[in-house]
This record gives sequence, structure tokens and C-alpha cells, in this order.
Amino acid sequence: MKQLNKYNAGWLALSVIIYFVVQMLIQADVIDYYYQITLMNICMDIILALGLNLIIGFTGQFSLGHAGFMSIGAYCCAIMMLKMPDLTGFLLGLLLGVIVASLVALIVAIPTLRLKGDYLAIATLGISEIIRIAILNMGDLTNGAAGLSGMPILNNWTLSFFGIMLSLIIIVNYIKSSPGRATIAIREDEIAAESMGINTTKYKTIAFVIGAFTASIAGSLYASSFSMIKPDNFGFMKSVDILIIVVFGGLGSVTGTIIAAISLGILNMLLQPFGQLRMIIYAIALIAIMVFKPGGLLQHKELSMKKLFGRLSKKNTPKKEASK
Amino acid sequence: MSLLQVEKLTKNFGGLAAVSMVDFKLESNELVGLIGPNGAGKTTLFNLLTGVYVPTSGEIVMEIDGKKERLNGVKPYVITKKGLARTFQNIRLFKELTVLDNVLIAMHQNSKAGVLASIFRLPKYYRSEEGMRQEALSLLSIFDLDNKQQELAKNLPYGDQRCLEIVRALATKPKILFLDEPAAGMNPQETADLTKQIRKIQQDFKITVVLIEHDMSLVMDICERIYVLEYGRMIAHGTPGEIKQNPKVIKAYLGGEE
Repeated sequence: MKQLNKYNAGWLALSVIIYFVVQMLIQADVIDYYYQITLMNICMDIILALGLNLIIGFTGQFSLGHAGFMSIGAYCCAIMMLKMPDLTGFLLGLLLGVIVASLVALIVAIPTLRLKGDYLAIATLGISEIIRIAILNMGDLTNGAAGLSGMPILNNWTLSFFGIMLSLIIIVNYIKSSPGRATIAIREDEIAAESMGINTTKYKTIAFVIGAFTASIAGSLYASSFSMIKPDNFGFMKSVDILIIVVFGGLGSVTGTIIAAISLGILNMLLQPFGQLRMIIYAIALIAIMVFKPGGLLQHKELSMKKLFGRLSKKNTPKKEASK
Repeated sequence: MSLLQVEKLTKNFGGLAAVSMVDFKLESNELVGLIGPNGAGKTTLFNLLTGVYVPTSGEIVMEIDGKKERLNGVKPYVITKKGLARTFQNIRLFKELTVLDNVLIAMHQNSKAGVLASIFRLPKYYRSEEGMRQEALSLLSIFDLDNKQQELAKNLPYGDQRCLEIVRALATKPKILFLDEPAAGMNPQETADLTKQIRKIQQDFKITVVLIEHDMSLVMDICERIYVLEYGRMIAHGTPGEIKQNPKVIKAYLGGEE
């Protein structure tokens, strides 16, 4: 069982600790109902931004259509939950959502990923609008502009946590593997990658589908957090919000994305009392980070168990020598 | 037939014939030079053979396991899978990645673990990953780069970057290796070392190496046959001795009376 090496054990321990600490804070009412909503939102943003970072930061393909795939997940899950208002309904809806979103991504990716740069951004923006307009006009199934309401509120810290872990495991394992390296090679130099035998269209498509898959998970969580959803929730601005998190945290850094989602989420919450001023302060904060840290908070850097263990053992060795 | 046979290969960019009616052949296990003045179309010819450009007309046929296969207009990654690898004149490494990752990426096409095996970390993934790492390190040791495996490619000295490009191309397990000015920008000592290495690689791996080079001593020293391009046309072909004597080649390089 090579999966159970000390690095993976370290990650497991860290995630279990985070889970129980937050769970205890909720039990102790330190994180009250109001803060819990912020927490859920941050969790969704983390999942969405991780998927978008795989597409933009690791594959180098600029996508502006992430909210579209999120809405597919949200609507699939909402429709299922209205039929079966319990956890089974949610899980079935989640499953349906990821399947539909992945299929749509696959169909969309094949023609659009031939485009480069700005053209790809416009095409993906168009696709997310098409998805939104389609949902708007699906009649009774989606209930048009009024949206769907009356879903049970099932989302809690446990569900969100598992959503994040699922997305993290899929994305990190993918990046740190041979197909993942092939994908990163596309970002580094597409011509060289192709000359090294990498089918660039294939790996761009895989990254795009994984991105849509995780966006759909976040969508399902969204549908079960608020008892109503409408197409307007998943417009262009939602895609831009996710993009901001990705750029803020650093293109190509999973750790950066998580830190950015948490800090922007908290900043947003702290700025609530300022009303209209909120967006101005938020914008200034973003400009400041782009001026002082143009590569994002963490640039390419990652939190690595290997380095952490390395540092700990270095600290320990001189101690032993001293005791001798 | 020969390992690779090119007939009447032509590439036009608008009104300019960058390569026109070029014929040439590669046998297995030989070292061939391709020379010519600047702008003669040498790199364009490489780009045509490796699928970066689609030929305007002409035929590129490769013999694979006794069967003839046309390579015109085939995508670069398919051509690499058939056994043609290359380096670039203006180094194109994956700069932000480590030396080891650069080589591992080139080995990806032969990797056995697929996307799902990688995501779910199946035993197959660990086996294939470890095998690839060992192979990559042994390739890197040819140029003594194995002790720099964790450095970022962009931080390597210029000469090492050129060598890493050769290692990366070798990692695709080629039958024919195209080297586009491997000694460009190197000092005479480095060029001499590189010459030895290229010869050794060609013999150890039993592959065909095609070399574009401006350093005549290098080309004359190691190539068995030499092709000469000028203005997109193949003006001469022969052994180094024949090429040195060829009046057309002397005129192309030194100029002559009109």
C-alpha cells in the first residue's frame, strides 16, 4: 500500500484536524448561523476556483464560463431534491449534475479548445450565456426566470468539507501524475509539448471536463444551501468572481487558491457594513495585490508535506547533536 | 527502401518557396548533416518533417516495421509517436518545470497509467511512475544532468539547456533524432564535448541523427553524409570530403562571380 506513505498520512492528519476544529467551533456556537453561511460560500468558492485554476493556471486555457457549469450542477441537484427532499435526493442530484456538466463540457471543449487566448475566453463566455438562456427557457423543468424554490437546506460543514476533499483529491492527483505533467507542458510551451508526443487537444479537453465536474459539485452544494436558485445567480459576474480568486491566489497554485478564497470570503464579510463602499474597498484591495504581487499571493508555490517533513527533520537533527 | 524517404517536398509561404522540390533519404543508424547559409530553409525542412508545417506538395514516407507510412500533414504528436523527435533552434524547454519533469513529460506517450489510474492512484500508477523516473535519471546521466534533476529548467546554464533538449528528445524513444543547431552559442570546448556526445548517442541508441549546424568543423568531423540547402533547394549531397570540393557549395558559402 504505497498510498499510505508518511506524506499522505500528513495530509490526512491535517484535513482531519481542520474538519474537527471547525466542527467543534460550530458546536460551540463560535461560528454562528450567520458565519456558517459565509463558511459555506467560502467552501463553494474554493471548489469552483480549484477547478478554474486547473483550466487557467495549469493548462493555460483562459475560460470565462465557469458559472455555466456551476448552474448545471445546481439545477440538476435542485430538480432531484424537489422530487426527493432528503440526502439521497441530494446525492443523486450531485451525481446527475456532474454527469451532465462533464458531458456538456466534453461537447463544448472539442470545437472551442482549438481557439487560443482572447478568442477562447469569448467562446467560453458565450457558452455560459447559452447555458443560462437555455435554463431560462426550459419551461416547467427549470421554471424560467423565477427559478426553483422549496429545496431542503441540507448543506452543512460536513457536506462542504467532503465536496472540497473530493475536488482536491481529483485535481491534485491529476496534476501530480503523468497526464497532469502533460497538461502543464501545454501551458509552458504548446509547440514543444506537441513535439514531445502530447496530444494537446486531448489534455486540454480532460482539464476542461475535470473543471466542469468540480464546478458542478459546487453548484449542487449551492442548490442545497439556499432554498431557491434562479438563472441570474450564475451570470457573468459569478465567473468573474471565481476568476478573481484564481488570479489573486496565484495561477498554478492550489494552496494559493484556497488561501485566496478564504481571505477574499472573510474580507467580503467584514466589508458588509460599509454598504456601497464595500465594492470600492474590495477593488482597491485587489489592485494592491496585483501591484505588489503580480503573480498572485503564492505564485507557483505550494504547501508541501515533503518540504515540511524535511524542515522538521532538519530542526530535529541539530537538537540530537546538542544533546550528545 | 530507406527509413525515411522525402520526394519533391515543397513549402510555399505566399510567394516565397521556403523549401522547393527537395529530395532526400535517411537510412537507419547513420549520422547526417544538413548545412546551408542562413535562410536556406533548413529549419523549415525540419518543421515539415516533424509536422509543425503541412507541406504544400511532395511526399514524406517512413518505413515502420516493414510498412510504408505517409507522414504528410500528420499532426506533430502522431509523428513523434512514429519515432521522429527533435530539438529546437531557439530552446523550447518547459522553463518553469524541473529538469526531471521536462524529461518525464517526453516519456508520457509511453506511460501506461491513464487518467483514471492517476486520479485514483491505482498500483499501476506507482509502478509506471517509478519506472519512468529511473529511466529519466539514466537518460539525464548521459549529460551529467542527473544531479540537477530538481532544478528549474530556466535556471540551468545555457549549454546544459541545450543538452537537456537533446535528453528530452531522446526520452520519446525516437528512431530519427533531428537536432537543430545543438552547438549554437557554445564555446569551442563545449562544442567539442557535444560532438563526442552526439556521436556516442547515435551509436549507443542505434538511431539516425540529422544535424543542422553552422559549425563546419563539427559537421565535417562527425557526419557520414551531408546535404546542402540553398534558397530552399538541395544543391549538393555527399560525404564531407565531396562537399568540401563541391564548387556549388563553395559558391553558396563564399560567393562567386556571376
